[in-house]
Amino acid sequence: MLIDEIKEILAAENLYQPEFSYEDIDITTACGADLMSDVLAFSQEKTLLLTGLVNPQVVRTAEMTDIDLIVFVRGKQPPDDTIKLAKEKEIMLLKCNYSLFHSCGLLYQNGIKPENIIGTG
Amino acid sequence: MINSKVREGDFKRGGEVSSKLKETLQQLDLDSKIIRKASIIAYELEINIIIHSYGGRLKVKISPEQILIIAEDEGPGIEDIEKALTPGFSTAGNEVRELGFGAGMGLCNVEKFSDEMDIESDPEGTVVRVGIDF
Repeated sequence: MLIDEIKEILAAENLYQPEFSYEDIDITTACGADLMSDVLAFSQEKTLLLTGLVNPQVVRTAEMTDIDLIVFVRGKQPPDDTIKLAKEKEIMLLKCNYSLFHSCGLLYQNGIKPENIIGTG
Repeated sequence: MINSKVREGDFKRGGEVSSKLKETLQQLDLDSKIIRKASIIAYELEINIIIHSYGGRLKVKISPEQILIIAEDEGPGIEDIEKALTPGFSTAGNEVRELGFGAGMGLCNVEKFSDEMDIESDPEGTVVRVGIDF
């Protein structure tokens, strides 16, 4: 799924958009978590992170796992140092008003699937 | 190749050493899966030093066969290593959990993405050595 479609489904607003051409990035899996070690258990590329956590360690976690896009849920506004680090690492940031559960449900319904990390599916 | 100090409780700079490692590995043009594994392992170990120790160092050495990541700290040691490797087990306090850490998955993730892992720990300090094969 393209990032523009994700923005539309989640009625999300841009917080930071990298200068490189993000239009062609195809997101196939996503994870939703407020605990960063849960996110670090993911190993696939081109994963989208949905989270209610807004500190700079979210961006660090995305950096380590090659996540291209972070969506902050529940209308949360990240602090300036989080946005600054995302700019430095060129990781796109969006914000939406849905809850974490609702956001994940909308994306799942539209074809984004979870990554199988513990052999359950 | 990398030998950097990591300070107790320094969440503000948490991940800087791992970020430096990732950049260095990208410059070496290594396989992206290897880079991701090494970055995740280094980051988990760096955060562990910040959360659980009195401070320490993160070292990385690269040989033709593997990337070796060593996390050394100055104590107080891991009380029960077997428990520390159990998914979900954590001794982290609420303050740490509010920052998104302390899920009890740190060392499990390190083990998951490594080809070999060795932990030595006593009250004087902990040394975790992790190898990622090419």
